[in-house]
Amino acid sequence: MAEAYIYDAVRTPRGKGKKDGALTEASPTYLAAHVLKSIRDRNELDTSLVDDIVMGVVDPVGDQGGNIARTASIDAGYDETVGGVQINRFCSSGLEACNMAAARVMSGQSDFVIGSGVECMSRINMGASGMALATDPLLAVPNYYVAQGVAADLIATKYGYDRDDLDAYAMESQKRAKASWDEGRFEKSVVPVTDENGIVMLDHDEYMRPQTDMQSLGALQPSFAMIGEFSGMGAVAVQKYPDIEKVDYRHHAGNSSGIVDGAAAVLIGSEEGGKKAGLKPRARIKAFATVGSEPTIMLTGPAEATTRLFDRTGMKPSDIDIWELNEAFASVVLRYMEQLDVPHDKINVNGGAIAMGHPMGATGAMILGTVVDELERRDAETGLVTLCIGSGMGIATIVGRVH
Amino acid sequence: MSKFFETDVDDDGIATISWNMIDYPMNVLAVVALQEFGDLWKAYVTDNSVKGIVITSSRDKFIVGADINGFGEMQRSSAGKLYASGMQFHGLLREIEKEAKPTVVAINGDALGGGLELALPCRYRVMSDKDGIKLGFPEVMLGLLPGGGGTQRLARILGPREALPYLTTGKNMRADKAKKFGVVHEVVPHEELLKSAKAAILEKRVSAKAPWDEKGFEFLGGPAHSREWLETFGGANAMLRRETHGNYPAPKRILAAVYQGLQLHIDKALSFEVRQFISLVHGNESRNLIRTGWFSRNAANKLEKRPKEIPATEFTKVGVIGAGIMGAGIASCTAQAGCDVVLIDNNQEAADRGKQHVVDYFARQVSKRRLTKAAADKIAARVTATTDYSALEGAQLTIEAVFENREIKAKVTKATEAVTDGKHVFGTNTSTLPITGLAEAAERPEEFVGIHFFSPVEKMPLVEIIRGKKTSDHAAAVAMDYVKLISKTPIVVNDSRGFYNSRVFGTYTREAFTMLMEGINPALIENVGKATGMPMGALELVDMFGIDTAHKIAHATIDEVGLEELKARGEPVETIEVVDWIVEEQERVGQKMGKGFYDYGPDGKKTQIWPEVYKRFPTKGSPVDIEELKKRFLHIQALETMRCMEEGVVTAADDADVGSLLGWGFPPFHGGVISYAETIGLSKFLAECEELAEKFGKRFDPPQLLRDMVASSESFYPEEHKPLQAAE
Repeated sequence: MAEAYIYDAVRTPRGKGKKDGALTEASPTYLAAHVLKSIRDRNELDTSLVDDIVMGVVDPVGDQGGNIARTASIDAGYDETVGGVQINRFCSSGLEACNMAAARVMSGQSDFVIGSGVECMSRINMGASGMALATDPLLAVPNYYVAQGVAADLIATKYGYDRDDLDAYAMESQKRAKASWDEGRFEKSVVPVTDENGIVMLDHDEYMRPQTDMQSLGALQPSFAMIGEFSGMGAVAVQKYPDIEKVDYRHHAGNSSGIVDGAAAVLIGSEEGGKKAGLKPRARIKAFATVGSEPTIMLTGPAEATTRLFDRTGMKPSDIDIWELNEAFASVVLRYMEQLDVPHDKINVNGGAIAMGHPMGATGAMILGTVVDELERRDAETGLVTLCIGSGMGIATIVGRVH
Repeated sequence: MSKFFETDVDDDGIATISWNMIDYPMNVLAVVALQEFGDLWKAYVTDNSVKGIVITSSRDKFIVGADINGFGEMQRSSAGKLYASGMQFHGLLREIEKEAKPTVVAINGDALGGGLELALPCRYRVMSDKDGIKLGFPEVMLGLLPGGGGTQRLARILGPREALPYLTTGKNMRADKAKKFGVVHEVVPHEELLKSAKAAILEKRVSAKAPWDEKGFEFLGGPAHSREWLETFGGANAMLRRETHGNYPAPKRILAAVYQGLQLHIDKALSFEVRQFISLVHGNESRNLIRTGWFSRNAANKLEKRPKEIPATEFTKVGVIGAGIMGAGIASCTAQAGCDVVLIDNNQEAADRGKQHVVDYFARQVSKRRLTKAAADKIAARVTATTDYSALEGAQLTIEAVFENREIKAKVTKATEAVTDGKHVFGTNTSTLPITGLAEAAERPEEFVGIHFFSPVEKMPLVEIIRGKKTSDHAAAVAMDYVKLISKTPIVVNDSRGFYNSRVFGTYTREAFTMLMEGINPALIENVGKATGMPMGALELVDMFGIDTAHKIAHATIDEVGLEELKARGEPVETIEVVDWIVEEQERVGQKMGKGFYDYGPDGKKTQIWPEVYKRFPTKGSPVDIEELKKRFLHIQALETMRCMEEGVVTAADDADVGSLLGWGFPPFHGGVISYAETIGLSKFLAECEELAEKFGKRFDPPQLLRDMVASSESFYPEEHKPLQAAE
């Protein structure tokens, strides 16, 4: 089996996913083409060496639809022989795209494939592409469907993470993100977004609130109480998990991931490919796994995916130097840390989506790049990237340094 | 001459088909009538001298739905057959809807279920302004859906958000709403109904096509998969799951018919609706709901088991002794039925307080617009509050609702008998004291009967009539007549401790106490109880009932029957520890006190299980089989019912089932305690009980009655349980 190497990873800064967000003028194809161009230009890559672009998008409708991977490839001026495929594994789509790219390389079918992702949440609403599991009565009713936020609150209630636990975690995420920006830890990957005239639209993660403290977090109203109580999703969660009396609503805008715009791309290739392109590999994708998990609580998949990965590789938690779990909700990370016994100072060391936002289709590719950067910075060996996924799934990827 | 229709063509060339099913109490969509209707309508369509057709009814009501008597046959029909007949009905309705010659419906009275479905394809709909006409789709209450296009046409007229509540709850639509939504085009004075319907044809106001046959038709809240659409269904699904615990397929399939149907052309949408309908017809839930909720309950309401030879009672005066909440409630129901009430208590203040309770109750009805002020005043005026027993003279029936104390009850019995004649019936409203014993105080024990009301009396639909050893057919018949008079449902049972209702219902709460003592998480006990379809968790229910009452009954039973005897019978007497702890040690008696197994907020709503319950009965970590807990909760009730039948306390399965549904809210989709066991299959139920007995004790030992029935392959409901015909 061939090895799959990471030759480069780039991401846009994340713009607020609102109508006044700094990136909302940049269309999804513009952002996607932007990271593809960056990968090409900074590596002086002959794009005809690339076979395909795999691009994660969660809501592939409107300008995010119509196979945006191919559209972006054309827009970025890649050689016309480079194909494109858009994929969707919900919040992990960006990492799934990289895993698929790696699999193509590992199986010897390609020398270079780009794993990538994009989501313009300021333009395209979450759920815009439909979700029969939530809306089709013959699916939603028998399967105890609840919204993701309610599932996050279910985890917090069931496993006993109170509001202070969640808020303290969120505050730490903000602190770490700020420190990382201040120290320039993201410089390697972040490529500012400019307009066609070269004017910078955004060069930093716009969503961050470094001034956040426990008091300001404490003042926020729970986000999912309304949907949980009014529509009855809280009661549905209890029907599935009858050992709790009710769901306590503890997540809010400050301890959940932010809604943002952004894109990322990772150049993945074989040793041969690297030689042809004259590039040196930065890291190796060692192994990856996905898993389905119980769909109502929905967000506990990362631990199961990680376990599956450890079982397959024979690796163990102590082999992992740094851990990166997408901060979809604070309870997801707290539960994972507890299940796998991961110390807080080894996970999400540069902050995460609570502070910087979660552009759904792109996040997985973004945090893979973050881990590669951090392994190099620390001169550490091995990192594990994982995300929780809608409808009850998990994904995990192990990356190692190349010397 | 037709036995179903009156027809006429007037000078303007307008034909009228008026439903009048003379052999039926009401117009229903019986298959034979529908066939003839279709032929009549088609004949007018092809008759060139006819300009248009009006459909109406010659009866007080328009058409009240399908012919439920045909349900048994439907249930035994193959899916293929049902699909064909469903599509045939749709075919006729679509013909009416698409025919260039206009058909107008003149809704002169209630149009329910299939009746409304026949009206909606008419492209112009006129409705009478007669008070209280009901439009609606009650099918869901029978575990079915409107399979004649109701889900599709209503959702297209109203949009899914507004239509779904009518379809999934069966609530009626008033004339003003029907007009506002466009379910009808006009509401006109009753006497001008036909004229208005004809005018619409003559003045050419009938549209050329149904809206959904127009190009570019859009429904409200659409299009499919718009944000509003997603929110509507996302919310509706969760709400439905919250309310039904997934136990009721009908509302789920109604939602599905609307969700899928609105994404389809009307013809395919109607086909999809039929497919959903078939799956409901073939389900256990509709059979159980129809059998008990419709047939058995109607039979009980009609007093089909009343001793025939006793002439019907004409009630002019009813006495009620004891003007507490219960007595006042009985007085309210009686007065509302148009009968004079003498409300007696020890002293005038107490009697007046009871009367005030009656006045207040009807004032609330006025404020809820269920009654006019004048009607309320008239009803309340029928109640005379007094201390004077001689006012009972001339009453046909007196019901006592005094304290559960033998001496006091004996005293009022004697006092009443002193002023009433030999035909007068004395009813005792007790929930715990055996009737035969109470009747010993009576001069005329044959005219002494138990009349067990449930609280709150005004709301609860069931009355349990208890025959003591000496109770005569006459007394039982008068009690039944009375229950009919007040529009409640009677079941007649024989004397026993706790009679039927309290005795069986108590097994549910005791099973919860046993689980508590086993170390099962209290939240789980409550949630599993609700998941079975019981209206509340057992702890919540006993809180509402009054833990002090449960405590009193439990101790009285131990005192009177004896601990050893109860143990020998396998009763879980050790659970007395739970009630003793909470009532005696913790002095928490339930909701009325604001503290019981639950904590309650200032508004009287429960806030959480009292944390001390978790401490006193710590949860054991061992894994719990939720399905097994569910079985324990429901099997124990079915078993106790079978014991009641074995002992002759309850004499028929339909009584047991009706009583369980209306008395303590046994899950309606199971059709009652006996239907529940029947649905599982008696031999499987027996085997499961034996397994439970092995694990949890003698209380799950199946009674001999059940063993015998299984051994001889008998069934409580032989007719309805024929296996389904194999699909063609």
